[in-house]
Amino acid sequence: MATKAPIYGLLAEFEDPNELVAATHRAYHEGYRRMDAYSPLPIEELHEALGAHHTRLPLIVLIGGLVGCIGGYLLQYWVSTMAYPLNVGGKPFHSWPAFIPVTFECTILGAALSAVFGMLALNGLPQPYHPVFNVPRFALASRNRFFLCIEARDPKFHVDRTREFLESLGPREVAVVAD
Amino acid sequence: MGDHTLPAGAPEQPIGGTPPVIAPGHTFGSVTDKISSIVLGGKTSIGWYLGFLTSAALAGLLLVSLAWLSVKGIGIWGNNIPVGWAFDITNFVWWIGIGHAGTLISAILLLLKQSWRTSINRFAEAMTLFAVACAGIFPLFHTGRPWLAYWLFPYPNTMGVWPQFRSPLIWDVFAVSTYATVSALFWFVGLVPDLATLRDRSQSRVGRVIYGMLALGWRGSAMHWHRYETAYLLLAGIATPLVVSVHTVVSFDFAVAIVPGWHTTIFPPYFVAGAIYSGFAMVLTLAIPIRAIYGLQDFITLRHLQNMAKVMLVTGLIVAYGYTVEAFMAWYGGNQYEGFMIWNRLTGPYAPFYYALLLCNVVIPQVLWFRSVRSNVFVLFIISLVVNVGMWLERFIIIVTSLHRDFLPSSWGMYQPTFWDLSTFIGTIGLFLMLLFLFVRFLPMISIFEMRTLVPEAKVDVEEPGH
Repeated sequence: MATKAPIYGLLAEFEDPNELVAATHRAYHEGYRRMDAYSPLPIEELHEALGAHHTRLPLIVLIGGLVGCIGGYLLQYWVSTMAYPLNVGGKPFHSWPAFIPVTFECTILGAALSAVFGMLALNGLPQPYHPVFNVPRFALASRNRFFLCIEARDPKFHVDRTREFLESLGPREVAVVAD
Repeated sequence: MGDHTLPAGAPEQPIGGTPPVIAPGHTFGSVTDKISSIVLGGKTSIGWYLGFLTSAALAGLLLVSLAWLSVKGIGIWGNNIPVGWAFDITNFVWWIGIGHAGTLISAILLLLKQSWRTSINRFAEAMTLFAVACAGIFPLFHTGRPWLAYWLFPYPNTMGVWPQFRSPLIWDVFAVSTYATVSALFWFVGLVPDLATLRDRSQSRVGRVIYGMLALGWRGSAMHWHRYETAYLLLAGIATPLVVSVHTVVSFDFAVAIVPGWHTTIFPPYFVAGAIYSGFAMVLTLAIPIRAIYGLQDFITLRHLQNMAKVMLVTGLIVAYGYTVEAFMAWYGGNQYEGFMIWNRLTGPYAPFYYALLLCNVVIPQVLWFRSVRSNVFVLFIISLVVNVGMWLERFIIIVTSLHRDFLPSSWGMYQPTFWDLSTFIGTIGLFLMLLFLFVRFLPMISIFEMRTLVPEAKVDVEEPGH
């Protein structure tokens, strides 16, 4: 038993998304919390099976959009009335209808940037190294295999008992993830 | 909505004779291998080299044209007062319009849950990006001093000068640069999981390192997927009004001016429909040869081609309605300059182009009403080329016929393209194709992870343990 070397967790490999979702439910029911499931395609049921709550991303995008909207409008207001007032065809300096297109585009830009960078930040990406990559078969997580990793930092984690539990879920194999 | 009644790939006998969105018999593995092998297969075909080198040579012509323009100034182009805009703006609007189909396919069809979009969205988004890059070249170089183009953006400067936000040209700067940024983000975000697949499957060290860096360490974690899907959906929701706004703002460049033939309220919707029309034509022009060359008929099925043909038919009719309303309003409005504008289009020196435009955009595409035409790949390809030409002519007619005969007969003139007008235009086509050749060689041209979701085994049907 590799109890000496620090381990990150135990990784069970499944061949089918249904097996992975079922296994994740079982593990959650068993009391495991510090775990993650890996799949080559998005599976809606999976994060729920992990007991995860909703993401804060929509709020971040809303804030990004509002910042873009207000910032874009104020920029035009300040430029057109204070920094560089210009009489164009006798229109008022604060000719708000003309400011709508740019305000709109700034809203979109703010929201889109915060959607992408917010998603990456919440996911902790880019992250070039992660212990699960130490398992050679994990390369198949981006092709056609489904993995459930119960992490060693879970209070219920015990190398032998957790392995026994994972074996009982009918995986293709269970591998130790070196840290 | 019919897509929901048709589990992708599952039935041997498609319902109602509609071809499936993915050929039967595919698995997660086979989809992954088939698409990634185009990139990682190792051997590059002679045809690819020939195509790449030809288009790169044309892109070289673009480089020469732009360098010469930078040295001599925009006098090397044929546009001159009264025709201050000609090939440059025609090409700009044409390229931007082509880009719109990519965003429509990736964003709007995603929101409408049209699963057939999956195998063409990646490739259509790439097309968007390259088309916007080509489009941007024209206004940039039409400024005459492209090295000072950053003056268009609001930034504190020692001259104490700021942009004039009441001008549609400044709106255009914001719309197009936002569009380019959001399209690039959308495309890259969509690529990340597939880059991880390439990283894991690449045999070469260089491939693993490069794809590995681009994949940002993606590992397919469930929480990551959840946020990813949320971000992707939000981006689609954001990109949908954006794509409509971009061509609307482009049409404002004309509609806000008082030139006859430009100053109409029909312009925004009619420009947006025209953009989608030309964009789908370009997707067909590119998809038909690519699916044949790379053997992707399993993924880009007849269903996709038929659906795109239908979108072309509908948007083509909207465009035809736009032409009709333009002519009707010119007569009904009773404005003599508007009336003369239409009369000049019909009988003036550029009339042959106007009739060619009606033939290409309105008459010929009507054959798409027939199912047999929509199922004939070769005819679809020809029609897509015809529409591409027609939409280019449309912009040329709008811009040049309105400018060359405006209010004062004493200032009338004519426009003829010079060699450099043509070389710059052909050069951008070369640049566009060159970028596409690079794209199909080095990146997965079909979204692998989204194709996996269409495979029958992707269906998850697990009950939560009830106790």
